[in-house]
Amino acid sequence: MKRSLISVAVLLGVAASAQAASLKISCGAVGQELELCKQAVAQWSKKTGHDVQVVATPNDSNERLALYQQILGSGSDKIDIFQIDVVWPGILANHLVDLKPLARGAEKQHFAGIVSNNTVAGRLVAMPWFTDAGLLYYRKDLLEKYKQPLPKTWEALTASARKIQDGERAAGNDRMWGYVWQGRAYEGLSCDALEWLVSYKGGTIIDNASGKPSINNPQAVKALQTAAGWVGTITPKAVLNYGEEEARGVFQAGNAVFMRNWPYAWALTQKDDSAVRGKVGVMALPKGGADGRNAATLGGWQLAVSKYTRNPQLAAELVLFLTGSEVQKQRAINGAYNPTIGALYRDPAVLQANPFFGELYNTFTSAVGRPSSITGTRYNQVSNQFWNATHDVLSGKSDAASALARLDASLKRLAPAGFGRAQ
Amino acid sequence: MSSETLAPPLCLPPRTVSSLQRSRQRMAWLLVAPSLLVLLAIAGLPLLRTFWMSLSDAQLADLSSRQFVGLANYIGDSGVLNDPEWWGAVRNTLWFALMSVGMETVLGLGIALMLNHPSRLKTLLRAAVLVPWAIPTVVSAKMWSWMLHDQFGVINAMLLALGLIGEPLAWTADPDLAFVTIVLVDVWKTTPFMALLILAALQMVPSDCYEAARVDGVPTWSVFLNLTLPLITPAVLVAMIFRTLDALRVFDLIYVMTSNSRTTKSMSVYVREQMIDFQLVGYGSAAATLLFLLIALITLCYMALARRRMEGH
Repeated sequence: MKRSLISVAVLLGVAASAQAASLKISCGAVGQELELCKQAVAQWSKKTGHDVQVVATPNDSNERLALYQQILGSGSDKIDIFQIDVVWPGILANHLVDLKPLARGAEKQHFAGIVSNNTVAGRLVAMPWFTDAGLLYYRKDLLEKYKQPLPKTWEALTASARKIQDGERAAGNDRMWGYVWQGRAYEGLSCDALEWLVSYKGGTIIDNASGKPSINNPQAVKALQTAAGWVGTITPKAVLNYGEEEARGVFQAGNAVFMRNWPYAWALTQKDDSAVRGKVGVMALPKGGADGRNAATLGGWQLAVSKYTRNPQLAAELVLFLTGSEVQKQRAINGAYNPTIGALYRDPAVLQANPFFGELYNTFTSAVGRPSSITGTRYNQVSNQFWNATHDVLSGKSDAASALARLDASLKRLAPAGFGRAQ
Repeated sequence: MSSETLAPPLCLPPRTVSSLQRSRQRMAWLLVAPSLLVLLAIAGLPLLRTFWMSLSDAQLADLSSRQFVGLANYIGDSGVLNDPEWWGAVRNTLWFALMSVGMETVLGLGIALMLNHPSRLKTLLRAAVLVPWAIPTVVSAKMWSWMLHDQFGVINAMLLALGLIGEPLAWTADPDLAFVTIVLVDVWKTTPFMALLILAALQMVPSDCYEAARVDGVPTWSVFLNLTLPLITPAVLVAMIFRTLDALRVFDLIYVMTSNSRTTKSMSVYVREQMIDFQLVGYGSAAATLLFLLIALITLCYMALARRRMEGH
């Protein structure tokens, strides 16, 4: 808390020394992200003659949210444009400008799912900048060696993983595992578990129409039972403490047949030091049973304009430029950031840099949003309860049916009248 | 404090309360005043503010629009005291404090006794034993996380090579192991602190006591039990209270090693989660106040017990 206050003080100091007409934008601070943001902003400055400062913010997204809330909560005009996570529109909506009138229809070229995620109570509070979706990474060489087809369903994946894992272990690699994913008690588990739910047609935790919890249903129970069945069989028990990077560590060292991860892992598995370079394929996550559907959880980041800015018009123009086709194309080619504009997935230069963008177009367009719009400021509480209930099932502390019944009751206590209603 | 009543202190005959005495007392207060003021400013005010916040429904997003809700955050239907997760965190924290401080005291005592033994290596050993204590907790927690990693960790590799385990253990993920693992990492880190404090106490024991015991032919075990232990007990008790206070506030170790898992969540982790992740500043403040009260209560009980024990001797 104290450190955040100091950061705010530093930000305020920096901002105060700038000219009154200039804009300040906060971009992601992770290596390439900041650099690409600075480049694009410089292009705009050159074109329009307006001065823009790029403000670096903490890497950890939880801390970044806390910092944003302090700045916005005090009604400060010191930052005009914020880069926000896909699950934050509901939390921050009250502090953000409705971009719909300012965008003049520009939002229509972006993926409809993301635009609707960024729309809170009819207001478009943020423009999509880049997107993420959960993907299934697989070892082409191993599937070929054991003559296994690409898994269409989770059941097929389980069987293939089992077979290859047993075969490889018998052949001498006793570290081989079938499937690695994110099972740590954190937001990443909510993403993975939502994919299981939706693939089995078990709903999205909270029903978007009524705002009531929809989690307590037989399909959701089945989804969690399937996942719990992997732990200790085709998935190491330690997955209960794995995030994205731990899973990638196992997969990239050549010790897993399948991995669930975000697109960023692609570029890293193709690097020179990767043990699986050239042996990796990417596909959509499997369906839950034959009559299930493919589901990928939606991730990604947006740009939003603060309600307290003195130049909403100008800030919106910069946001439209940065989220526009030209800049998104540069970012896709130079940094493998998934565009949110459908047309770019047919652009030859983009496809050359990221071959799987084309094949997985459908996965990116049909990605499922976490229930963040409907739950608003309570999203983090809902997600926390969901990942803890899931974690209890995965670790065997509780069976799926009773864990979900408890979760249902506890979500109802959180919002007796349903989410999205008067609270 | 009793100077206002002008009643003379009991131990002195009335006549000796001179103006000199009074001016000395004034002087004493004046000398203490600066540190008291600083303490009030840096400890008292934030504490009061936290308490005040805990009586409101403040949210992180907009602190100014909070409303007074009385004790609802404490005893309301969805108050802290009715939240099973809070009690889970309390139980975890108390267990953690009990287990870690207990093990640290026993190990620290052992190491201190060994270091107290005259040896040429003593200085080197004394420095070496301090290393874990010198590493920042976040760094050592991350370091242990990697060493305990189920796939690449050195601990699993060693145990496997020795044939002690059949397959790699998921130290920080397995709900049966995670808690014990965290206690052990804390023991590794803070045993040196205990050892050094106890060593300092050991070196204060007058050597003529030992000489007398040797002359009388008292067996070593009995010397330790009836001579060394009683003499170092006050120092050990002080070291234990320091460690207990630290252990009750434990945050960084657990936050880094197992994040938000319910299995190992401590009271401090719970407070942070409510205030920052859920933006419930009012509710989180209530939990923080309870955390403070609980620690204060345990400290008071402990000090009362320790004093009675000392006076018993």
